[in-house]
Amino acid sequence: MTTLSGWGRYPRLDCTVRFARSERQVADCLGAAPLIARGNGRAYGDSALNAGLTLDMTGCDRLIAFDESDGILVAEAGVILGDVIAALLPRGWFPAVTPGTKFVTLGGMIAADVHGKNHHKEGSFAECVLWFDLATADGPVVRCSRHENADLFASTLGGMGLTGVIVRAAIRLKPVESGWIRQKTIPARNLAAAIEIFERSLDWTYSVAWIDCLATGANMGRSLVYLGEHAKVQDLGPAQRKDRYRTGRRTSRRVPVDAPGFVLNAYSVKAFNALYYAAGKRAAGERLVDWDSYFYPLDAIGDWNRIYGKAGFAQFQCVLPRQTSPAGLAELLDTISAAGRGSFLAVLKRMGPQDSVFAFPMEGYTLALDFPVSPDNLRLMCALDEIVLRHAGRFYLAKDSRMSAEVFRQSDPRIAAFEAMRAASGASERFTSAQSQRLRIR
Amino acid sequence: MSSKTLLVIGATSDIAKATALVFAREGWDVILSGRDATALEADAADIALRSHQRGSISARVLDILETATFAPFLDSLDILPDVVVCAVGLLGDQAQAEVDPDHAELIMRTNYEGPALLLGHIAHRFVARGSGTIIGISSVAGDRGRASNYVYGSAKAGFSAFLSGLRNRCFKAGVHVMTVKPGFVRTRMTQDMDLPKPVTAEPQEVAARIYRAAMAGGNVVFSQPVWRAIMTVITAIPEPVFKRLSI
Repeated sequence: MTTLSGWGRYPRLDCTVRFARSERQVADCLGAAPLIARGNGRAYGDSALNAGLTLDMTGCDRLIAFDESDGILVAEAGVILGDVIAALLPRGWFPAVTPGTKFVTLGGMIAADVHGKNHHKEGSFAECVLWFDLATADGPVVRCSRHENADLFASTLGGMGLTGVIVRAAIRLKPVESGWIRQKTIPARNLAAAIEIFERSLDWTYSVAWIDCLATGANMGRSLVYLGEHAKVQDLGPAQRKDRYRTGRRTSRRVPVDAPGFVLNAYSVKAFNALYYAAGKRAAGERLVDWDSYFYPLDAIGDWNRIYGKAGFAQFQCVLPRQTSPAGLAELLDTISAAGRGSFLAVLKRMGPQDSVFAFPMEGYTLALDFPVSPDNLRLMCALDEIVLRHAGRFYLAKDSRMSAEVFRQSDPRIAAFEAMRAASGASERFTSAQSQRLRIR
Repeated sequence: MSSKTLLVIGATSDIAKATALVFAREGWDVILSGRDATALEADAADIALRSHQRGSISARVLDILETATFAPFLDSLDILPDVVVCAVGLLGDQAQAEVDPDHAELIMRTNYEGPALLLGHIAHRFVARGSGTIIGISSVAGDRGRASNYVYGSAKAGFSAFLSGLRNRCFKAGVHVMTVKPGFVRTRMTQDMDLPKPVTAEPQEVAARIYRAAMAGGNVVFSQPVWRAIMTVITAIPEPVFKRLSI
């Protein structure tokens, strides 16, 4: 028995853990008891926890083949994205879609259908997935793609591991001319200004905004919008051109202990936000940033989840349709700033159209922020849930650790069809997680 | 410019794979050897991709218990390697070993007799050539036998003494022998054990230490410096006290 949790360290659950390093070992674990596969544990909540059996797939971590002619990488599901970058960026390739951390497994990326700062232009990780081999409820490992077992393919992308265990996959990378990003920082004095910047910058490949979720009144929603493009050779300085893909080792720090609970409070966060916004305003304009700092800023701080203390934190991430976003985001931010709660990690992204069986993204705006776990904050998040429902939005399961089954069911009309598929394939008996049990997904 | 060659014995072990990768990234050619040809081929492809294919990575079958195959195996290699890492190990089950002599014998042969005989063959060829480095992965468990794993520990103790003697013999011939003594390492071998995080190393950590020490001519290397201190204490405990302990 091992005590496991997600990245938010809430909730924690004692789980029986088994390790699989091969397809055969995965098959050995598919017994009578339901299980959930687990990657690197970067989902924030209980998506990869199952007290009965959690199948750790991180030992299934071999790269299998890479085709330079089309950028297709075949690899086992436990391969870490950071290792893909280490192996292939020196040869001029980068993940076509990447989430905010590189410490995730390919299987986890598929199961959560992760997205990045380029969803409005290039879609979710599903767009990069050619096929995967899935260990299914009745035993055999099947090849799933848009042409083979297409229904299973579609429901596994974003299916949170509830359709089977991904064993290996073929994913597409994109060719890049350097390891640098041309970043443009634009301060936005409030939410309307931020939205306007996003809407006029849709041709930039990457866009993301850091939002001051505690700013009030006329400043409500003040943000720093970061636009980005992979730097071409002509964008580089002479020193960088010598070795286009090597951007230097970034110094990393580690949070050595759990911070005490009072560190993140209304005053400290407000003060941090004000300083951060001011610094961002001064630094407005274009500069070259290395890929690691641009895509994975938090990865530099090892164990950054400890800043939230022993009680852990809960992530709130929703997506609102385009039409309701201005009003919905305003109401969310009003509620958060009125309560004086929130953290300095509040992120806004623009998403493009997506029509999936169960995955999170839809065209509109997605807001993500964290709250230290406390009874008051859990109540606040319930209030935020209601705002999202009233604006026809939905929630990102890879971040969720506390949503109620009722709210979940109201948020997503696709659930019944997903459940029917699970019942028909026997997956409902074989693959469950603490999250699927909490949300009462059959 | 011809690259140097590393031969890894017991290459499907986590420490072995991590070590092979470190050398491959430095441009070495690597030969992975072990019993499972399919796993070795897959590992070779993985290491080649992770090391940007700077050197060539190949796989050969070798069973550490099949002593008669050692000479033909070495003959079959295109060249005599520059460095050999022997990472063969079997933790086994102490309780079973106490009642099942076949299991005890398997632990002893896999951890001591097989590796020692193979490295003896290799040392002979290295001495004839006048160069080479032999790296044997033993264990801190060999520094003192204790109730919870002495069948494994005693075999590793034999292996450590063999390596030390080999080091002494080969020194004059310009051949270097290094002993690696891992403490707790997070691998397949220990995956069901509850290891204390501060004194448990990752295979990548151990591999980096092995490479650095090998290049610097180290003699006895621990997986983490703290383990040298831990074992100094463990070996210093007087026997009348030690025999009463449950560690």
